[in-house]
Amino acid sequence: MSGTPVPAGDTELDVAGRVVDLVARLAGPAAQAEVTVTRAESALTRFANSAIHQNVAASSVDVRLRVHLAGRTAAGSGNAVTTDGLRTLVERVLAAARFTPPDPAWPGLAPAAPVAPSPGWDPATAHAGPDQRAALVRAFVDAAGGLVTAGYCRTGYRVAAFANSAGHFAQGQAADAAMDGIARADGADGTARQHVDRVADLDGTDLGRRAAAKARAAAQPVELSPGRYPVVLEPPAVADLLSNLAWYGFNGRRYAERQSFAVPGTAQFDRAVTLVDDPLAASGLPFDLEGTPSRALTLVDAGTTSAVVHDRRSAAELGVASTGHAWAGSATFGPIPRNLRLAPAGTAGAADPTGVFVAGGHGVGGPAVDGAIGDPDTAALVSRMERGLLVSDLWYTRVLDPLSLVVTGLTRNGLWLVEDGRVTRAVRDLRFTESYPRALAPGAVLELGRRAVRLPDRADGAWWAAPSLRLASWNFTGGASG
Amino acid sequence: MSEFEVAEAAVQAALDAGARYADVRVMHRRYESMTARNGDIESLDQDESVGLGVRALVGSSWGFHAVPELSDLAARDAGHRAARTAAVSALVSGPPVDLVASTPVTASWSSPCEVDPLGVSLAVKGDLLVAATRTMTEHGADLAEGLYQIWDTAKWFVSSEGHRIDQRIRECGGGISATSVGAGETQRRSWPSYRGQYGTTGWELVDSLELTAHAARIAEESRALLTAPLCPSGETDLILGGEQLALQIHESVGHAIELDRILGWEAAFAGTSWLDLAQLGSLRYGSELMSITIDPTIPGALGSFGYDDEGSPAVKRDAVRDGRWVGVLAGRDSAAVAGLDHGGSVRADGWARLPMVRMTNVGLEPGPHTLEEIVAATDEGVLMDVNRSWSIDDKRLNFQFGCEIGWEIRNGRRGRMLRNPTYTGIGPLFWRSMDMLSSETVPWGTPNCGKGQPGQIGHTGHPSAPARFRNVRVGVRA
Repeated sequence: MSGTPVPAGDTELDVAGRVVDLVARLAGPAAQAEVTVTRAESALTRFANSAIHQNVAASSVDVRLRVHLAGRTAAGSGNAVTTDGLRTLVERVLAAARFTPPDPAWPGLAPAAPVAPSPGWDPATAHAGPDQRAALVRAFVDAAGGLVTAGYCRTGYRVAAFANSAGHFAQGQAADAAMDGIARADGADGTARQHVDRVADLDGTDLGRRAAAKARAAAQPVELSPGRYPVVLEPPAVADLLSNLAWYGFNGRRYAERQSFAVPGTAQFDRAVTLVDDPLAASGLPFDLEGTPSRALTLVDAGTTSAVVHDRRSAAELGVASTGHAWAGSATFGPIPRNLRLAPAGTAGAADPTGVFVAGGHGVGGPAVDGAIGDPDTAALVSRMERGLLVSDLWYTRVLDPLSLVVTGLTRNGLWLVEDGRVTRAVRDLRFTESYPRALAPGAVLELGRRAVRLPDRADGAWWAAPSLRLASWNFTGGASG
Repeated sequence: MSEFEVAEAAVQAALDAGARYADVRVMHRRYESMTARNGDIESLDQDESVGLGVRALVGSSWGFHAVPELSDLAARDAGHRAARTAAVSALVSGPPVDLVASTPVTASWSSPCEVDPLGVSLAVKGDLLVAATRTMTEHGADLAEGLYQIWDTAKWFVSSEGHRIDQRIRECGGGISATSVGAGETQRRSWPSYRGQYGTTGWELVDSLELTAHAARIAEESRALLTAPLCPSGETDLILGGEQLALQIHESVGHAIELDRILGWEAAFAGTSWLDLAQLGSLRYGSELMSITIDPTIPGALGSFGYDDEGSPAVKRDAVRDGRWVGVLAGRDSAAVAGLDHGGSVRADGWARLPMVRMTNVGLEPGPHTLEEIVAATDEGVLMDVNRSWSIDDKRLNFQFGCEIGWEIRNGRRGRMLRNPTYTGIGPLFWRSMDMLSSETVPWGTPNCGKGQPGQIGHTGHPSAPARFRNVRVGVRA
């Protein structure tokens, strides 16, 4: 890396402003530029066979620049935060913009607008050390009572700033932590996971105990014939529904391309379903990659589809405003709501924050909990299912058709037969092929739990929050043996 | 300081801090991608990233620390932190980890490249995508998409055992797809596969794909599929095109033979494997037509390299020979645990990621037939090609795949086009049913293989050719 370092006291916002100024100097005032500078630390302690085997940490800095010049657009990024490095980045992106074909759909820059300060930020989480993560892993392993365990504990933070040549700027910071593990008993796995803003709120012992209880209850499964069954989906399984609805249904680009099932203003879901994208409900950045302020957005209100999400490009295509959902992949995959919450039963839906983010889903009175059922909330739903299946988790779900959102995948980490409101036996994993909107259609959602659990996603900044869910029918199309 | 000197400083710092082994990857990666939609350029991205990652072994755990800076101070600090992180892992320790032997070498290697893909003008590359997507739109596609991607990676590897290797690997590829929207469903056709074909080559690969020449056909096929009959449901003989079979190999063989999965190191996320090391050398994986190699030496294939990311040289090995399971994808640590004598299949997705077991080029040796002969020999069945969806369980046994297009086969002839073709099965039973295999091999490249926590994207190659499988369940639907 060559060149003079930028002044040591420069903030991410200073660097972003410096790049915007440089574009103006080199390309003139007509050049439109937007810059995001992100500095991050991420660390992940991974364990398998009940021992830590991979323990990683990485620092990163990313300066991302997009310019629009004489009707042409180019973007680029670099991680050399020196005077020479920044100049090289600007020259490279400007050169690309001059030679690329025209971009008639350029949506323009985000106008100046107030951006809320970042929600919670816990420095202890941002700077947690490997010893803290190892202690949480130790607690998980110990609580599993001798079962083989595997999983991870991660902590990290992002500090980001945005500036554009329209005079808009923003900055924010976010820290989070997560733990996700399994326990294994006689070839059967049980899982427990948790996503939090403060590492102090992670409870390795509780997670390990619950994963182990589920694994023991999942041992010696029987084979069950495929077919349609009523189901209770636990929060990790519901999170998969939310993820696929987000990527394929509420994606403004797919909506513009007529590849989404979403029809705003139409009662496409059961009245029990209210979905809110709520990026500021947890530690998160208060603006997107185009600088548009983040805000809570109700996508489904009591069963009626009310919105899809947009970046500036998909919004311009439909003549509406961006909802603040530009991200690094939106040019390829479209804008996606990545902080989606299914409102629990007993809440007023979009505007009601109660009942959200119970770490482990426990602490609510109700029917008895056994090994298969991790919490009283789920136990209540199971107690009202005459015959059906309790599903802990879904795995490797892939879309067969995006418009109907037909998805295939498998159950994982625990599947049980429920008879007369009681778990009676463990079942071998089943493959399903199901249309997610159809499974949640009017009349199909029998009951929701009263507490949402927040679960980590694989991508930084994304999470899903959901209660358990009882559905009238789920289409299982194959057994573990074919 | 040179990249090698920076890496040596980091290795020494890790040893000084207590590591019994350490290695460093300094990487400089340039990435360029362009996408077009309906005749217009939609995005152009050019990213550049430089940094180093230090891996230190203490006891039973790897510690890893990566920084986006190549100064002596940053390198030493990263080395120290990597060793400290590994040492902290002793709080939850396992058996000590050993490494199988790897002869230290000083070497350089570059992938073959006739036309530097980053040297081709953006106007030329953009015009190609604009022309191809415009043609698809003119021929009935509701959504016409095209893209290319280029990676140009220089890396320097140093280990505490004396390895000192630099490599430059250029990868590129591209593709087009046409989507038609009907009442309640969409149909997509792609060329040569969805999101393209890739290799460790120059722009000559993209030129050879002749994207514009195939644009009209795939657009018309996507529209025709909207009114084509559904793929029938039931058991029948299945002929897979080479592109789909490449993904079948990737999912149901490549991942299953990853030694870290077999040992349980990926149990919580990617999963394990149905394979048991006690059966290595004796297990019947497939029919005698099934011979699969692990071969990172194939010129131009996407999983090729000179040395893997822990300094092991590229060597061709058998994974399945005449239907019998005989080999695994391994690293130096996992091989030592399993009692094997070689690694050779470890790579990292950039400087900021820990190297892990990844597929290289895992593919089928050619068979004796042609696709034409296979069709002619089939009385009744379905021919499917070009992947549309893929799902497989965490042990790599139960799979269900969907393809973009199918054709009815009757009395040795290709008949009607079929829509929404899917098939499902259990890996070893499926492979044991393969009774005809073509010699028309293509080294398909998969640039989007996800694995690991934090997530890593791997680039893998899969030589494959059309083949026939008997009595397969097809036409699974909601």
